[in-house]
Amino acid sequence: MSIKLNSNIPSGPLADKWTQYRSTMNLVAPNNKRRIEVIVVGTGLAGASAASTLGELGYNVKCFTFHDSPRRAHSIAAQGGINAAKNYQNDGDSVYRLFYDTIKGGDYRSRESNVYRLAEVSRNIIDQAVAQGVPFAREYGGLLANRSFGGVQVSRTFYARGQTGQQLLIGAYQSLSRQISLGNVQMYNRHEMLDLVKVDGKARGIITRNLLTGEIERHAAHCVVLATGGYGNVYYLSTNAMQSAAWRAVRRGALMANPCYCQIHPTCIPVSGDYQSKLTLMSESLRNDGRVWVPAKQEDAKAIREGKKTALDIPEGDRDYYLERRYPAFGNLVPRDVASRAAKVACDEGLGVAPTGLAVFLDFAAAIERYGKSEAISSGIKNPSKEKITELGTAVVEAKYGNLFEMYEKITGENPYKTPMKIYPAIHYTMGGLWVDYNLETNVPGLFALGEANFSDHGANRLGASALMQGLADGYFVIPYTIGQFLSGEIRTPNIDPNSPEFAEAENAVKERLNKLVSVKGDQSVESFHRRLGKIMWDYCGMSRNADGLKSALKMVRELREEYYKDVFVPGTADEFNPELEKATRVADFMELGETMIMDALNRNESCGGHFREEYQTEGGEAKRDDENYAYVAAWEYNSWEEGPIMHKEELVFENVELKTRSYK
Amino acid sequence: MKLTLKIWREGGEFGSGKFETHQLDNVTEHMSFLEMLDVLNEDLVQQKKTPVAFEHDCREGICGTCSMVIDGHPHGPQAKTTTCQLHMRKFKDGDTITIEPFRASAFPVIKDLVVDRSSFDRIIQAGGFVSINTGQAQDANAIPIEKDTASAAFDAATCIGCGACVAACPNASAMLFTSAKVSHLAMLPQGQVEAKKRAQNMVAQMDKEGFGMCSNIGLCEAECPKGISVENIARMNAEYLSGAFSS
Repeated sequence: MSIKLNSNIPSGPLADKWTQYRSTMNLVAPNNKRRIEVIVVGTGLAGASAASTLGELGYNVKCFTFHDSPRRAHSIAAQGGINAAKNYQNDGDSVYRLFYDTIKGGDYRSRESNVYRLAEVSRNIIDQAVAQGVPFAREYGGLLANRSFGGVQVSRTFYARGQTGQQLLIGAYQSLSRQISLGNVQMYNRHEMLDLVKVDGKARGIITRNLLTGEIERHAAHCVVLATGGYGNVYYLSTNAMQSAAWRAVRRGALMANPCYCQIHPTCIPVSGDYQSKLTLMSESLRNDGRVWVPAKQEDAKAIREGKKTALDIPEGDRDYYLERRYPAFGNLVPRDVASRAAKVACDEGLGVAPTGLAVFLDFAAAIERYGKSEAISSGIKNPSKEKITELGTAVVEAKYGNLFEMYEKITGENPYKTPMKIYPAIHYTMGGLWVDYNLETNVPGLFALGEANFSDHGANRLGASALMQGLADGYFVIPYTIGQFLSGEIRTPNIDPNSPEFAEAENAVKERLNKLVSVKGDQSVESFHRRLGKIMWDYCGMSRNADGLKSALKMVRELREEYYKDVFVPGTADEFNPELEKATRVADFMELGETMIMDALNRNESCGGHFREEYQTEGGEAKRDDENYAYVAAWEYNSWEEGPIMHKEELVFENVELKTRSYK
Repeated sequence: MKLTLKIWREGGEFGSGKFETHQLDNVTEHMSFLEMLDVLNEDLVQQKKTPVAFEHDCREGICGTCSMVIDGHPHGPQAKTTTCQLHMRKFKDGDTITIEPFRASAFPVIKDLVVDRSSFDRIIQAGGFVSINTGQAQDANAIPIEKDTASAAFDAATCIGCGACVAACPNASAMLFTSAKVSHLAMLPQGQVEAKKRAQNMVAQMDKEGFGMCSNIGLCEAECPKGISVENIARMNAEYLSGAFSS
C-alpha cells in the first residue's frame, strides 16, 4: 500500500501563512454545524479546549475520558509554566524568536510552518486563560510575571506557582463544563476508547468500554479528534499517567511519527526502590535558581553514597558545577536533553550521589544567599548576620517554589532548604506521536490528533513550558478552524449509522481482544510485565542508545509480548468494573509501541535531541546530527508483526532557518 | 516493616460491604501509601484473588483522583497531603491501618474504595466558570490585578476536587469545595460579573445532589490536602446572600 504524506502547508511567506490560510479556508455554516457530530477523545488541555471551543462554535460534540472526571487528565500535573511570545518583559522576545528557539531546541526536526503558527497563537492563549480566571503570577504593579526556562535567553514563561498545568486545565475544564451545561457537549466519563471505526476510509466513530459496567459501546460521528496524550508510560517509570488510545488508531491505519523521540527530563526525584510506581518531576523552573553539581572526586561521591559524608561536607573547590563548566552561555538552563545526558555522563563516571549511584545535586544555597542579601538591602537591614540572610533568602525561595520543596520533602523525607535536592533524569514527554498535516489531520481522513498525541511541533526535543502552549494552541486556536476544511465537505453526509458492518466488525474485534486477555489465565500480573517492558526500554532505548543494544531489545520485547499472551493473569471478567483488565489492554499496546520505538531508533542513524545514538557523537560528547540523510519525519505504518511496521518519509524543508549544529556553549 | 491492613471491600463477591484483613511483611518506609497498596494487590493477584479497587492517577498530589479514608482521616493522618503523597515513614512497624472509602450519600460507593464523585462535576457545570467564548479575550495585561488579590484567588483555585472535605464533614457538606470555586472566580475582575448568579446556581445544585448543610465545624479545612480555608465559605455566603436580596 502506498501512502503519500502531504503536509498541506499553505503557500506564502512563513509569517503570513496562517493568517492567509485562515481567511481563505472553507467554513461550515451555523445551520450545518448544528447537524454535524464531532467526537473528542481526551480532556486534557488539548481535548478540553477543543471540545469546549467546538461546542461554542455550534458543533454537536461528544467528549470522552477514561477518568472519573474531565478534570483529572494528566495535564493537571504540569508544573512550571507556559510560553508565549508576549514580550511583556521588553527583553527582545518576538514570535520569530519563539519560533526559532523551538526549531533549534527541537534539533531541527520539526516542521517550520506548524511551529511558526504555534508561536503566533501563543499570545492568544494567555489572553484567553486570563479571561477565564486563571490566576497567573503577578508583579506588584498588577501585571503578569514571567520567568525563564531552559534553552532560551528571554523570560517568556507565564506561571501559576508550580501548578500552571492545574490552573490552565481547570480553566479549560470550566469552559468545557459550561458547554456541557448548555447541551453543546455530551460528556462521557469513565469511557475508554478501545478502537477507531473507519467507514469508506474516513474516521467515523469509536468503540468504547464503559469502565464501570464493562459494556462495549459504539459512538458515531462525522469525524474524530484524538487528544489522548503521549506514550511515556511504555517505560513504566515516568512522570506520565497511563494511556494508549492513540495506538488504537495506529492499528486502524494512522501513522505513528518519530516514536523514538522521547524526552527525558533532567530534574526528577530519583528512583528509590523496586516497588516504585511513579517518578515525580521537580519543575524545570528550579533551574532558574538551583545549581547542578556532583563532587569532583570519586572518593567524595562514594562517601556520600555510603552515607559517610553529605553534600555539605564537600568544600566549594571540590564540587563540579558541570553544566556551568561545560555550557557557560546557558549554564544550568541548557535544554532538557543536554542536561539529562550531562547527568548521565557524571553518574557513569562514578560521581553519582544516591545509594543507587544515580543522582546529582540541585543546590539552592547560592540562590538563598543571593536573595537574602538583596532582601536585606531592600528592607534596610545593615550588616545582616549570616543567619538573617539565610532566613530572608529562604523566604524568597519558599515564595517561588514552596509547593515543590514541600513535595520533595514529603517524598524523600529530606529538607531541600538545608541540603541540596537529589535529582536524576526520567521519562517525561514524548515528542513523537500520530503523524498530522498542517490541519492537524492524520493520514486517515477525518481523524485529527492534538497536543502530545501528535508529533508536529517539538521535533526531537521539546523546550520547557511548551507542552501546555501546544496543547492549548491546538485545541483553542487551530482545530476550530482547520476542522472546517474536512467538515465543509461533509455537510451533505447524514448522521453516521452505528449499526453499519464496520462498527460491528470493530466491536467484535474489541471483544475478541478483551476475551483473549481475560482467558489467558496465566501466572504473572500485568504489572510485572509492564515493569519488565519498562526496564528493557529504559536500558536500551532510553537516554543513550546503540545499534547492538537496540537489536537485542527488539528481540526481548518480542519475546516478552509472546510470553504476555501465554502467561498473563487478568482477574475477573470483561463485563464488570475491572481495573486490571484496563491495564492489560494498555500494556498490550505498550509492547507494540515499544517495538515500533526501537525500530525507529534503530533506523535513525544519527543523534538528535532526545534520541542519542552512541555511535553518532562529537568528540565533546554532543549529539551529532546527519541532516544530509535524516532530515525527515519517519512515519510508521502498522503491519503484521511477522513483517514489521513500514516506514514512510516526510522530508522536512527548511526555508527560513539555517540548519546549524546546536550549541549552548 | 510489618503491617496489618483492615480494608473495606464492597461490590461483587463482597456484596454490601465488609472489612477484610491482610498482613503485609515487606513494606519499606520510602514507599508511598499507594505503592504499599500496589504491593498488596500484586500479592492478591499472585494468589488469584480479586485485587482491592482504589482510584489513583497522577500520583503527584494534584489530580485529586485518590480518595480513601485512612485511620479515620481522608487521605490519612499527615496534614495537607494526598494519599499518593503520604509515605510509609509516617507509620510504624506493627501498625494496624484501617482503610475505607470516602463516605457520603452524594458519593455512592462503586467498588471497594472507589466512589462516584460526578456530583462535583455537576456543581461546576451549574456555574463554576466565566461565560466567555474562545477568541473573545482582551489583552492579558489590560486589567491589572493586585498581586495579593491574585494570590488569594490562587489559594482558592488550588482545590483539586478530591472530596476530602465532604468525607471529613459529619454533615457530608460540600460547602468548602463549592465555595472554593465561587471565591476563586469572585475575587477576580473577570469572574466578578457573574459572581452572585454563580453562587446561587452552584449552591442550588449542591443541595440538589444531596450534600448536607454547613454547621461551621471546620473539619473540611483541617483535612483538606491543599489547605483550602473556610474563609471561602464565608465569602460564598456573602455572595449568596447579596444575590438573594438583589434578585
